[in-house]
Amino acid sequence: MRPRLIPVLLLSRRKVVKTLRFEDPKYIGDPVNIVRIFNGKEVDEIVILDIDATREKRVPDFRHLAEIAGECFMPMAYGGGLRSLDDMKQAFRAGVEKVVLNTAAVEHPDLVTAAAQRFGSQSVVVSLDFRTTEGMARVATISGSRDTSRDPVSAARHMEHSGAGEIILTSIDRDGSMSGYDLEMTRAVANSIDIPLIACGGAGSLDDCARVVKEAGAAAAAAGSFFIFCGNRDAILVTYPDSEDLKRIGLIEDENNSARRNI
Amino acid sequence: MITILDIGMGNIGSIVNMFRRLGRDATVASDPGGISGATRIILPGVGAFDEAMQALERGGWIAPLEHAVRDRGIPILGICLGFQILGRSSEEGVLPGLGWLEAKTRKLDAFPGLKIPHMGWNAVTPPRPSPLSRHLDPDARFYFVHSYHVVADRDEDVIFRTTHGQSFVSGMQRGHIMGVQFHPEKSRKFGMALLRDFSS
Repeated sequence: MRPRLIPVLLLSRRKVVKTLRFEDPKYIGDPVNIVRIFNGKEVDEIVILDIDATREKRVPDFRHLAEIAGECFMPMAYGGGLRSLDDMKQAFRAGVEKVVLNTAAVEHPDLVTAAAQRFGSQSVVVSLDFRTTEGMARVATISGSRDTSRDPVSAARHMEHSGAGEIILTSIDRDGSMSGYDLEMTRAVANSIDIPLIACGGAGSLDDCARVVKEAGAAAAAAGSFFIFCGNRDAILVTYPDSEDLKRIGLIEDENNSARRNI
Repeated sequence: MITILDIGMGNIGSIVNMFRRLGRDATVASDPGGISGATRIILPGVGAFDEAMQALERGGWIAPLEHAVRDRGIPILGICLGFQILGRSSEEGVLPGLGWLEAKTRKLDAFPGLKIPHMGWNAVTPPRPSPLSRHLDPDARFYFVHSYHVVADRDEDVIFRTTHGQSFVSGMQRGHIMGVQFHPEKSRKFGMALLRDFSS
């Protein structure tokens, strides 16, 4: 399985935003337009997360989700406000390939088990957000607003045993910082589970993405700001590396070794 | 006009939009009357075999489709479950399929370390050239989500094979009747090339 590089788009009020440490959402653009830009790139998969739904105790906006999925020429994972099997069924019907559970999974691991049985574990992703306070990493739920007593390693193992097909591990402290992934925590979690780990939070360069895969054992590098901002948080430019870039840093195999470019 | 059938089995938006992106005229038929102007037909579908056959039956689709595809020879492409129901039957259900392809559908075999449903990107190998492989990139990968696979009566009808533990049929073509197991509409430029080939 070749490592993946996954754009994560955050939705707030039907718009794409980008946060800094899960706060200060900055308006980026219309999700349909941004998905269309990614359609023209070599993106294998995209993750869309509604960051308000759970906090506002509302169900996902399935109609809007269907609109976005209908514009998406690659598989799409959706998270935000999914609290029941019926919610997930509606998300699949809206055209998403995977569901992402966060608060609901941590609070009700049985839901992960039921979802994996019903839809197949491959389509059930559990997203764990964590922050580190005084050297202690702890999982937080409800878009990072509620701290729990769970450490990311034991939480990830629990989710794997409950039936999750993949884990997205996001460092709240690094979110939007573009200062590099939390390699230490990524490695600790990756080493303790057998399912793919998608690292998120902190990517600022392709080298960061390569490092989290090669040095920390992530199966995929996910990022928001890195694909959205050009240089700093003021200049918006939706970008994605092409396959030559990915080959150059060794994130994908160069299948034709004899044609390897000399850079 | 490329006509995409909306039989109520899943979101067909990305298929419609991919054809539009290709600059092709595409329209959605939400009832059988919508297929009268079709020059090519797409039969999508996600869900269960019997549910899809019931949806076709209940919507009054079957006779008009028979007329369009069998009598008038309009090319049709079945996608995923839409491919499987072009065959005679499936282990997933008890209802007969449309029977336009000489094939039946079986459950994927379980292999240690391999998951079912088969979900993710995978390659296809074309055993012979076909109208759908004219612009097939040698590095092409397609997106799959399925637990059942089509078994063709005759090897000559098979246009794509894929391996997931076992080698299975990921595409068939007999004359103007075609089907693929993967989702071209979710396979970005590789899927776009295939839909372009189907529509030209």
